[in-house]
Amino acid sequence: MTPEADARLPRAFTTPGSASFVEFLAAHDPGLLPAGRALPAGDAPAAPHGTTIVAVTYDGGVVMAGDRRATAGAMIASREIEKVFPADEFSAVGIAGSAGLALELVRLYQLELEHYEKIEGSLLSLDGKANRLSTMIRSNLGLAMQGLAVVPLFAGYDLDRGAGRIFSYDVTGGRYEEHDHHSVGSGSVFARGALKKLWRPGLDAAGAVHVAVEALYDAADDDSATGGPDPVRRIWPVVATVDAEGYRRVGDDELAALAAEIVAERTAANDARTSGRRAGTARTSATNAADEPRPAPHDQDADRARGTGRADAEGDPA
Amino acid sequence: MSMPFYVSPEQLMKDRADYARKGIARGRSVVVLQYDDGIAFATQNPSRALHKISEIYDRIAFAAVGKYNEFENLRVAGVRYADLRGYSYDRSDVTARGLANAYAQTLGTVFTTESKPLEVELVVAEVADEPAGDQIYRLSYDGSVADEHGVVAMGGQAEELGARLREEWHEGLTLPEVLVLATRALGSGGEPAEGEGSPPQDVPASQLEAAVLERTSRRRAFRRLPTATLEQLLGRR
Repeated sequence: MTPEADARLPRAFTTPGSASFVEFLAAHDPGLLPAGRALPAGDAPAAPHGTTIVAVTYDGGVVMAGDRRATAGAMIASREIEKVFPADEFSAVGIAGSAGLALELVRLYQLELEHYEKIEGSLLSLDGKANRLSTMIRSNLGLAMQGLAVVPLFAGYDLDRGAGRIFSYDVTGGRYEEHDHHSVGSGSVFARGALKKLWRPGLDAAGAVHVAVEALYDAADDDSATGGPDPVRRIWPVVATVDAEGYRRVGDDELAALAAEIVAERTAANDARTSGRRAGTARTSATNAADEPRPAPHDQDADRARGTGRADAEGDPA
Repeated sequence: MSMPFYVSPEQLMKDRADYARKGIARGRSVVVLQYDDGIAFATQNPSRALHKISEIYDRIAFAAVGKYNEFENLRVAGVRYADLRGYSYDRSDVTARGLANAYAQTLGTVFTTESKPLEVELVVAEVADEPAGDQIYRLSYDGSVADEHGVVAMGGQAEELGARLREEWHEGLTLPEVLVLATRALGSGGEPAEGEGSPPQDVPASQLEAAVLERTSRRRAFRRLPTATLEQLLGRR
């Protein structure tokens, strides 16, 4: 008698022990796992890539934000892809890298956490969730070596510690806890620079959302693969806060106002700077004309005058 | 003692059914009741960890009576079945009907082919947007399925409990109303030695395991009702 021949649930379903959906799939139907397929040798064809994700901690929580662009080579593959997701009630996962695989990985990861919760009747610890993601990334290493890398950023509210925490990963599944803030993806270099200058201890949720969106704005400014806010189509970054209340996605109206505010701030600062540059140049030449018709190249007075001129005109835009 | 060489199939099935029924009757009853905003489940269960009522999927719940290890195994299988189906297709493609069929096949196969039938009785319920769309399936140890409506009682005094509930239940009851009905029924039907005339004893909230599938929730409809919530709901009759 073959136990699998009839219509009853297969043996793998009733095998006790594992609360992991991924382990169940690996035993029952490994072809469904993202890493369960053997790929032919050679590079994978160009497929959409997701770009920049930032995460910012604040007092009692963490904010995660991602831009909305996916690129395939120099082309924009999608203007409104979403790359930040709730992993479960108290954590968020953002993805950079090969978009198709990353989205599947997120779906599997969400299911993995929910599956554990349903079978065990309790939530995994935040470290447990972070380690689980690490294992899943590591199993993707074969695909990563063929150019289909997925690099997530994981952030969540630690119910035991009462604080937001951020974890970053490398393609080999290495898990690194980050402090205060972090960013991954093609625009992360610029976003990280912005985060360093903008982040400060004691931020509240609104402040952290502001920092995250502004960091994405800076990333979009210098990285062609990162999309900025799009007021024409009304596409804003996906921003979510995770705290003791759980995962909450920031609303579009809030983000529209925030994007407008950031653009207005930057415009004002730029206007002040350009008019200052013009004013500064005028004053310098006036000084030159009035006092010293032919100044030496390293004339101290002229330098000071130019500096003062710039500083005055730049003023205080905020 | 002589060894019988031939047992008629009728006798074999009857023995197995009696065996399973006896096992199931030993356990405490579980009641399932529809109310205006969902489906409520309740049972007398002092344990906070060994549940008889559990979540299977977004809008599907599971309740069982009988041997814990056997229905726990079926519950885990159901969660795996639902999650696998939702992962391969879409979350909206996971239905209580599909799960009830899988359970029925499993229970039926075990009943006819294995040496011991499963001593369990299950309810698989799915909440819909409208009360008319709710599905409640009751599965027996032999794999038979019944499509139920309104109220279901399983376990020890299922017959009497069911009759009592059906008398008082009607469409459009609220959650506090069905919970009061459930506790009263469980309190009176749960004590086998109780006489006809003795007053029914409500099950205290601390002894009650209760959960609901909420019609109005966005994704995961299953919610356990902790003791504090239960006391509040039961006090507000």
